[in-house]
Amino acid sequence: MRLEVNGDHHEVTGPTLADALTELGWGEARVATALNGIFVARAARGETDLKDGDRLEVLAPMQGG
Amino acid sequence: MRDFYGITLAPPLMLGTAQYPSPAVLEAAFRASGASVATVSLRREGGQGQGFWKVIKGLGVHVLPNTAGCHSAREAITTAQMARDLFETNWIKLEVIGHTDTLQPDPFGLLEATEALAADGFEVFPYTTEDQVLAAYLLQAGAKVLMPWGAPIGSGLGLNNRYGLKTLRAAFPDVPMVIDAGLGLPSHAAHALEMGFDAVLLNTAVAQAGDPVAMARAFALAVEAGQSAHAADPMAPRDMAHPSTPVVGKAWL
Repeated sequence: MRLEVNGDHHEVTGPTLADALTELGWGEARVATALNGIFVARAARGETDLKDGDRLEVLAPMQGG
Repeated sequence: MRDFYGITLAPPLMLGTAQYPSPAVLEAAFRASGASVATVSLRREGGQGQGFWKVIKGLGVHVLPNTAGCHSAREAITTAQMARDLFETNWIKLEVIGHTDTLQPDPFGLLEATEALAADGFEVFPYTTEDQVLAAYLLQAGAKVLMPWGAPIGSGLGLNNRYGLKTLRAAFPDVPMVIDAGLGLPSHAAHALEMGFDAVLLNTAVAQAGDPVAMARAFALAVEAGQSAHAADPMAPRDMAHPSTPVVGKAWL
């Protein structure tokens, strides 16, 4: 299926958010996720199914004031 | 002593992690400042987040994630939820920005987000103005700490409205308050602590100084001086001169 990940298009198999993160290379990474603008907790990624056209945000720790 | 959701900060200095010339300078500045809290943000993972997190973990300080750049309560709430998942802390420096030029908080969005996040178990540090009425609403909404600005973020102007800040401090004597944003010089930080504020948060003043590590050290000294001065109960200012040398016993010449 086709996802929009951090603004870029990606093809993933899924079917869950946890699967997609592994495919995208973030399986072990410290990241936070939101699907179509809604927060998805780390613990819920395995039960969160994706569908074609979903918009995924994958955020990481970054410099801040 | 007023604490921050059960945590006593020693020294009461929070330092931002942005805009340093390099990660090495960031680490050296933290060591020189002795800061007890590091503020961080969340951004789209572009390959640098994991390395940055290692640097922050290595500092061994409390981590305070922010919602910088959020312009609505909804956006700030979602960012806070993601921050809690990522940083494993209930602390959140809540920014809901109302204007792009001044980065002034949107009081209505801030109140809405504070209420929602406090009800959800977050320990909210709302970035606010010196507005005393808004402060009362934020406390009522569940915030147990306030972060009034000194001046607009990154401006380096210091304490823009000392009267307003003094009034705010006096109005809520039991509430821990951090002067956040706008500090440009160590003297600004010293002044904030002398006035009875419990901590200061700064970033640009250190990160963008010609020598960030030396400036971090200068802020550490200022914070210590300001805190000691407040504890020592400063004299009240007077409009007129008052001789410090005794008048009695002066010679007739």
